[in-house]
Amino acid sequence: MAKIIVITSGKGGVGKTTTSASIATGLAKSGHKTVVIDFDVGLRNLDLIMNCERRVVYDFVNVINEEANLNQALIKDKHVEDLFILPASQTRDKDALTQEGVERVLNELKERFEFIICDSPAGIEHGAQMSLYYADEAIIVTNPEVSSVRDSDRILGILQSKSRRAEMGLEPVKEHLLLTRYNPARAETGEMLCVEDVKDILAIKLLGVIPESTTVLSASNQGVPVILNDESDAGAAYRDAVDRLLGNEREHRFLEVEKKGFFKRMFRG
Amino acid sequence: MSLLDYFKTKKTNTASIAKERLQIIVAHERTKRDQPDYLPQLQQEILDVIRKYVPIDQDQVQVQLDKNGNCSVLELNVTLPD
Ligand SMILES: Nc1ncnc2c1ncn2[C@@H]1O[C@H](COP(=O)(O)OP(=O)(O)OP(=O)(O)O)[C@@H](O)[C@H]1O
Ligand SMILES: [Mg+2]
Repeated sequence: MAKIIVITSGKGGVGKTTTSASIATGLAKSGHKTVVIDFDVGLRNLDLIMNCERRVVYDFVNVINEEANLNQALIKDKHVEDLFILPASQTRDKDALTQEGVERVLNELKERFEFIICDSPAGIEHGAQMSLYYADEAIIVTNPEVSSVRDSDRILGILQSKSRRAEMGLEPVKEHLLLTRYNPARAETGEMLCVEDVKDILAIKLLGVIPESTTVLSASNQGVPVILNDESDAGAAYRDAVDRLLGNEREHRFLEVEKKGFFKRMFRG
Repeated sequence: MSLLDYFKTKKTNTASIAKERLQIIVAHERTKRDQPDYLPQLQQEILDVIRKYVPIDQDQVQVQLDKNGNCSVLELNVTLPD
């Protein structure tokens, strides 16, 4: 059975698109046929992060409006096998994503893929609601910061009441917390909410903690999802998260400040 | 306490302040979340009816819906002036 996973947050700019690109790439790299859909109508960006912006011909809305078929709109990823991207439309018509249209496209994708990753736009408006409506699982991307945590809780409320699973009284959407842009040093000194704080407040299962890392910016500069960078701690944290999503046990890493070497400690570097 | 200490303690305390504030607001918003959308208007109309007879303030009428298994209880709390 194909699984639909929404990457959502409520708050903008917390790392949904970064996460969508890396999780989708990681799942495909593990041998699972995966498609990642950009639901951010009017603000297409996943194509840039995945380095296929110059290959976009048709988009999600074209397929919904039957101006193109899926084969014409899906873009095959160049980094890994078994990965396809369905880009967002740049139309300014926010209602272009009709519920029936989204359902039809998702049903068609379910026939061909094991994982369907939905990159949600920010906010709780139509686009965000469409991206989570058909979800089986949700990855709640949260930064260790008050407004992000509060908005994550809002989104959890919407998942629990306005998703298809909730409306139809089916088994609830499975919720995963992904804490991103985490800075262990600042959490340790009490300047920033720590992992346990956020877990306590949101009370959902922790999928992973992605450290704040300069490699994320260089990854998006190059259009190579950070999960493919073997030297990056954020990349390693995303690989662990994908493994956990696939049901494997992985110990959480990068939660504490790296122990400083003797010289660094001497000079308080 | 020296000025330096002041900044130190202030710095170390902000995450716990954040956590405390979040716990309160999130708990509050969760109780509201389960309420039907018509509740604010219901509250307003009840207020208007009572005001025909007694002058009361906005916050003197509290309406709350509690779910108990398969039945719901609408709790209406009106504080009247002496
Ligand atoms: N772990 C991280 N370390 C450092 N920077 C990060 C990390 N994760 C994301 N960022 C940066 O945060 C910014 C926002 O990321 P991204 O576009 O993925 O967020 P988003 O939630 O999709 O935003 P929007 O709500 O606008 O769609 C980007 O500049 C990205 O490089
Ligand atoms: Mg985005």
